[in-house]
Amino acid sequence: MDIVEILFSASFWAAAIRIASPLIFATMGELICERAGVLNLGIEGIMVAGAFAGWIAVWAGLPLWGGVAIAMIAGMGFGALHGVLSVLFGLSQHVVGVGITLLATSLTFYTYRVALPEVSTPPKIEAFKVLEIPLLSDIPIIGQALFAQTPLTYLAFGLTGVLAWTLYRTPLGLAVRAVGESPASVAVQGLSVAAIRMGAVIFGSGLMAVGGAFLTMSAFDSFFFDMVNGRGWICIALVVFGAWRPGKALLGAILFAAFDAFQIRLQQTGIGVHVPYQIFLMMPYILSILALVLMSRRAEVPAALMVPFNKGER
Amino acid sequence: MRLEPIANPTLTRRVLPPALAIAASFAVAAFLAMIAGGNPFQVFGLIISGAVGSKFAVLETLNRATPLIFTGLAISVAFRAKLWNIGAEAQLYMGAVVTVVLGTGALGLPGWLMLPVLAVLAVIAGGVLLLVPAVLKTRLGVDEVVTTLLFNFIFLLFVSYLLEGPLKDPLGMGWPKSARLVPEARLPRIVDGLRLHWGFGLALIAAVGIWVVDKFTTLGFEMRAVGQNAHAARFAGIPVNPVILKTALLSGGLAALAGFSEVAGLKGSLTLDLSPGYGYTGIVVAMLALLHPLGVVAAALFVAAIFVGADSMSRAAGVPTYLADIMLASALLLTVLAILITKFRVRRD
Repeated sequence: MDIVEILFSASFWAAAIRIASPLIFATMGELICERAGVLNLGIEGIMVAGAFAGWIAVWAGLPLWGGVAIAMIAGMGFGALHGVLSVLFGLSQHVVGVGITLLATSLTFYTYRVALPEVSTPPKIEAFKVLEIPLLSDIPIIGQALFAQTPLTYLAFGLTGVLAWTLYRTPLGLAVRAVGESPASVAVQGLSVAAIRMGAVIFGSGLMAVGGAFLTMSAFDSFFFDMVNGRGWICIALVVFGAWRPGKALLGAILFAAFDAFQIRLQQTGIGVHVPYQIFLMMPYILSILALVLMSRRAEVPAALMVPFNKGER
Repeated sequence: MRLEPIANPTLTRRVLPPALAIAASFAVAAFLAMIAGGNPFQVFGLIISGAVGSKFAVLETLNRATPLIFTGLAISVAFRAKLWNIGAEAQLYMGAVVTVVLGTGALGLPGWLMLPVLAVLAVIAGGVLLLVPAVLKTRLGVDEVVTTLLFNFIFLLFVSYLLEGPLKDPLGMGWPKSARLVPEARLPRIVDGLRLHWGFGLALIAAVGIWVVDKFTTLGFEMRAVGQNAHAARFAGIPVNPVILKTALLSGGLAALAGFSEVAGLKGSLTLDLSPGYGYTGIVVAMLALLHPLGVVAAALFVAAIFVGADSMSRAAGVPTYLADIMLASALLLTVLAILITKFRVRRD
């Protein structure tokens, strides 16, 4: 298979959209947090917790959407903890975030071992199935890529639209953007900066967990320890790459996922025989760093990102 | 709610919250141990006896503390200057790679010269590895948290490639493992017959050295000034960016020493599981030590004791060893909160 052939195959684009889906959820979650002025480095651990919570809930007998809800609630729990420490108490967002990631990851692994003490391979669940949308899925290439996915993928795209609309067209969105730019002026309007930031961090963390749950409930049907494997950190890079805008971040996630799908296929071509596979696996991370470097000059960082707000303080 | 600085905190106010934080993280662990079907008193008893209950246990704890002292120092040096180095894991492996590349026969030096040369080169390599994100930060404003984190993944894949390719031990029966170091490149034991190597001594020397730099040198002062307020430091004529780069070299170098000492002191060769996350645990160590270099030694011993103790507890009581990680993560979060409470009063309005 040569490169042109890869780029024009429907399965390649379908894989790209599938790989992009968890990234879209988590990137949107991080974007909401950062738009409200909170860098959430708990993302990696929250994705691990979400992946586990959704999967174990379904394994225990809940319907699939029930599992998604459980994952979201688990993520919101960690988000609330992050918010209390970083928003209400104004602690260092770096330290709190790293702490949440360590806590969420170790709690997840602990719970896994306690819940399933004697298993060598984790049990499988009946994961989300592909839902082909009639007519639309018959369009060549694009149809199979966009309209023959699992319901969670459609949700990811729908969510991005709703999010962009809310952020730019509603008073709530204005308030969220304003606490990330100039919290003092929001406080002057009589709104609670702390409440808006808490809400953003809790909801955003919930979305990160759904991103994790996509891995165990849609992309695969089981839970593995190294499943998330740095995807959370990549999402943080994607937010910067997308200049803190939902639409651009969505495109960034798809571009990134397309590259990831491409390198997997490239490994199977003639090039893959001569190049060590580790080089291919490195590519997503190198690409993320390159994206950060390229965007650094014209990034429109929320002015109050990582700045705690203490009422009455100038 | 609102935070109000306290001008003169009382002794109780300065001591009680951190003590409560540690106690609370023990309480969290006790609760979770009960969920797993363990008796909390028995579990903690097993952790303590597993960590310090015998000569073997104590030596194991000291050995485990060694890399944590190095990574803890690396993090505290960087965090003091507000350089958020989350990439100590990669820098650790860089130190290990340099040690293995040069110490398996490529460098023919007499015994007394070999180890210092290896250590210095490991430090330089580790420092340069952190210099890349640091330059991206000072020149282009790229956030170093994400770049150093991503470097961990990239560098571990690179090590995996080395161990399956150029560095693979031809006598390793197919395992991805490097050849063994020559005897001159091995750190000797501190006392003959006891399983404790000079890496631990080197870690203590490094801690005192960093404390001296911090307290008595211009660089130490400049690093703290940059961390407290970069704008004010710049206004006072401190060259902020060069100070950040020097901090990066120092921090990366310290983390690399962890890799050097693990390979030259403990393992003798390099595998992909050399570090079970010492680079990340170094963050917990540094925060528990309040970023103080001598405190890092105490915190590293505490953290190592919990890990070693939890390993043996897990074998005896069947409670998963991840209990240790949960305890340390909660200790980290609760301690930063406790430190805040020592300095501020929470007002409701």
